[in-house]
Amino acid sequence: MHELSICSSIAAIVTEHAAGRPVERVVLDVGYLRQVVPATLMYSWELIVAGTPLERAALVVNHIPAVIECRSCGTATTIELPVFRCPCGSIDTEVTAGEELLVRSLDITDITDITGRAQTSEAGT
Amino acid sequence: MGRFHHHNHAHAHDEHAHDEHAHDEHGLHEHDGVWHRHDDHDDHDDQRDVGDHTGYETGGMRVEVLEKILGENDRTAASNRAAFRAAGVRVVNVMSSPGAGKTTLLAGLFSLAHGDTRFGVIEGDIETAIDADRLAATGVAVSLVNTANGFGGECHLDAPMVRSALPRLPLDDLDVVVIENVGNLVCPAEFDVGEDARLMVFSITEGEEKPLKYPVMFRSADAIVINKMDLLPHLDFDLDAFLANVESVNPGVQLFHTSAKTGDGFGEVLAWLRGEGGDPTV
Repeated sequence: MHELSICSSIAAIVTEHAAGRPVERVVLDVGYLRQVVPATLMYSWELIVAGTPLERAALVVNHIPAVIECRSCGTATTIELPVFRCPCGSIDTEVTAGEELLVRSLDITDITDITGRAQTSEAGT
Repeated sequence: MGRFHHHNHAHAHDEHAHDEHAHDEHGLHEHDGVWHRHDDHDDHDDQRDVGDHTGYETGGMRVEVLEKILGENDRTAASNRAAFRAAGVRVVNVMSSPGAGKTTLLAGLFSLAHGDTRFGVIEGDIETAIDADRLAATGVAVSLVNTANGFGGECHLDAPMVRSALPRLPLDDLDVVVIENVGNLVCPAEFDVGEDARLMVFSITEGEEKPLKYPVMFRSADAIVINKMDLLPHLDFDLDAFLANVESVNPGVQLFHTSAKTGDGFGEVLAWLRGEGGDPTV
């Protein structure tokens, strides 16, 4: 259950980059070699952002396949199983993808819309 | 109309349970036409618009971030590492599933060291001082971190938690600091805490398939202790299959065979803990 920690960190990064603007969508890159359970991540995100300005920000995950590159023959192989061995038989391999765990981008809601919203808010409530 | 609505792109919020109905689960919104309850920031003014999510053509803007989610942890880990270097201590992060024998092994190793090596321990447990007391009884300095105590009951130690334990250890008077992580084969592997090396303790009662089920943990270890070897005659554990599985996820990793009950194999593990024997991670 380190998804809660991860979501706290995501919220902190998003809050900083959003700089007060409303965030509609947060896109993450998560490699196959990171132990993140998507459903748990989504649930944790809802817990973390509930009652905060990020409450309506949806989390979207790009899953990045794991790739190893062989130092002997140079072949890059996408691995489905946790077997870090090149098809050529060599175990001298390097992971070149699949360990990502980062916030890729944010979608910020249109600024002019916010202005309109603020006016409506004052008049209506 | 100037109405704000966040559903202005077709990005399938429902998949992520982020439609407004789902918010009701949190008890934060009513849905009788006045369904928002947002106090200070008030991101939502339009209390009349509830159901219609179409027809909004707001521009929106994408901000590239490309920031590591655990970047803050990694920065604290780097700072911990610098503190350890400055004090001249070697730091080993010991990880395993609950009940693999970490504490029994460490207590045995500390007793065997007879004070030749000055050990300190950062003991991570969700609750209780049971393990901390047990290790303190061997004469080593112990700093306990209960993750349920201000750290949300976390199932792992992270760099800030280790940081919080440092003032309670006489770092300058120590040779080796052992971080006994929370028993868990998943989360601890994800968090750099500033260690020099990682030792994993595996017990043969756990089954030969575990390296394939928890490859990140097995892969992150610089050395693996295969513990409870005294039980081998009594189990169906297939040692060769286990070793083959370890080889596929972490080829060439250093292995030790021990019995924390009998003390078999302790000498080699102690030497490794001390950083002797050409350990490349030091």
